[in-house]
Amino acid sequence: MRIGVLWYCVRQGLKNIGRNIWFSLASVATVSACVFLFCLFFSIISNIRFMIKNMESTVGITVLFEEDLSETDILAMGAAIGGRSEVKDMIYVSAKEAWDSFQKDYFAGHEELAAGFAEDNPLAGSASYEIHLYDIGDQEKMVAWLKAMDGVRQVNYSSAVAAGFSGFNRVVGLLSLVITSVLLLVAMFLISNTISVAAAFRKQESQIMRLVGATDFMIRAPFVVEGVLIGMIGAGIPLAGIYILYTRSVAYLTERFEVLSSVFLFLPMEEIYPVMVAVAMCLGMGIGFFGSHFTIRKYMKA
Amino acid sequence: MIEILDVCKAYGTGNRALRDINITIEDGEFVFIMGRSGSGKTTLLRLLIKEEEPSSGEIIVNGIELQRMRRRQVPRYRRNFGIVFQDFRLLKDRNVFENVAFAQRVVGASSRAIRESVPEMLKLVGLSSKYKSLPQHLSGGEQQRVAIARALVNQPEILLADEPTGNLDHQNAAEIMNLLWDINQMGTTVIVVTHSEEIVEQMGGRVITLDRGQMIEDEIRDGYQE
Repeated sequence: MRIGVLWYCVRQGLKNIGRNIWFSLASVATVSACVFLFCLFFSIISNIRFMIKNMESTVGITVLFEEDLSETDILAMGAAIGGRSEVKDMIYVSAKEAWDSFQKDYFAGHEELAAGFAEDNPLAGSASYEIHLYDIGDQEKMVAWLKAMDGVRQVNYSSAVAAGFSGFNRVVGLLSLVITSVLLLVAMFLISNTISVAAAFRKQESQIMRLVGATDFMIRAPFVVEGVLIGMIGAGIPLAGIYILYTRSVAYLTERFEVLSSVFLFLPMEEIYPVMVAVAMCLGMGIGFFGSHFTIRKYMKA
Repeated sequence: MIEILDVCKAYGTGNRALRDINITIEDGEFVFIMGRSGSGKTTLLRLLIKEEEPSSGEIIVNGIELQRMRRRQVPRYRRNFGIVFQDFRLLKDRNVFENVAFAQRVVGASSRAIRESVPEMLKLVGLSSKYKSLPQHLSGGEQQRVAIARALVNQPEILLADEPTGNLDHQNAAEIMNLLWDINQMGTTVIVVTHSEEIVEQMGGRVITLDRGQMIEDEIRDGYQE
């Protein structure tokens, strides 16, 4: 296609938008709402996935033993566990170390409160191994093996925490799919209406084009360009909005919930934004393209 | 050359717009198609540009059988024709130059080709000085000249004019007919659909008369063409 012809189609598309400004604005607003919600849900879902993955790789598996086992027995069991090929590394935490660590975390600045427990370790019998695996996919299998071991009292592992997040993630995903789909249909309908009005406005022009030998592609192109431009503008606005909203929200949440910073880890905007822009643009332009293409095809056949 | 062989056209309602039409038009001819309203003149033009399909019979234009033409070949085929309408059908939001250039632009002509041929066409129809004017600021005769320039700018072999003088006064009508005659003298086949006896009598030449879908006469009349 010649540059001149392409430029002609773009100009006509822009003219159509200008002539039909209120319909065009309504279409842009609906596409914007659709893309905004998509971006919002995309951010939430990506971050939850990131948190789950982070939890799985950092929390690992904690094995607690029967209280009547001696440290020698526990260390022997530890050797058996360490011999497994799935185990990347493991840390033995004795009852004393567990209590020291607890005191350090919870009585920081108020060490006198811990003095009352000087002769008594409330975490006696809480010796444990913290195990990290090479592949998080082996976790379920490893947990089943550990639970079957004699002398193991309890096995804590990250999927217990992650399961809660996964469930929430599924609900958010489903909700986003439903709402985005409804908005997508509304946006398509509005774009279709806008294009119908533009086509009626340019009926004579289209007739002349057909009679002088313009191809169907050439007759349809300005309308499709109009739809795609509406989609692009409709996607651009929420993308700019979500950039500001995301960076500010992450800064606020990180500051507000500093104490939970090990759980609430957020993806940096630079990591999430390129994918979001690509998908949102495809979504906006796709709505515009298909909405206008099918409408003008139908209109020309009539 | 245009060959129309045993062509019939009937619509769904059973209305037969054309019956057993047989016409041959040689390259470079000037032909009038005459008849009253509803005689089938416009239907015949629509069949020629493949806006409609005949119910039976065959149409061959420059050796191409229209019935065998694929849909995607139609736009290129239509570039063999220039079409002029009674109501001019100019784009009111574009000036004279842009109206003429429009026909070239939409078939993918380059900007350079447009810059060269549009002024040439406007000179031919005598509107060089009004290239910036909007159609609504021109007289009926001038608007029809713009429409003729637009029809000719892609250098078609055949010019179809559907009642080109229907909206014009006597003086303007005569000027438009003279212009069409000049265009024919340059080698373009011209087919004029009209119901005006006056114009046909004045111009003379080949006149095909239709009545209720049937061809009732194909004769050469005296006039200044001869």
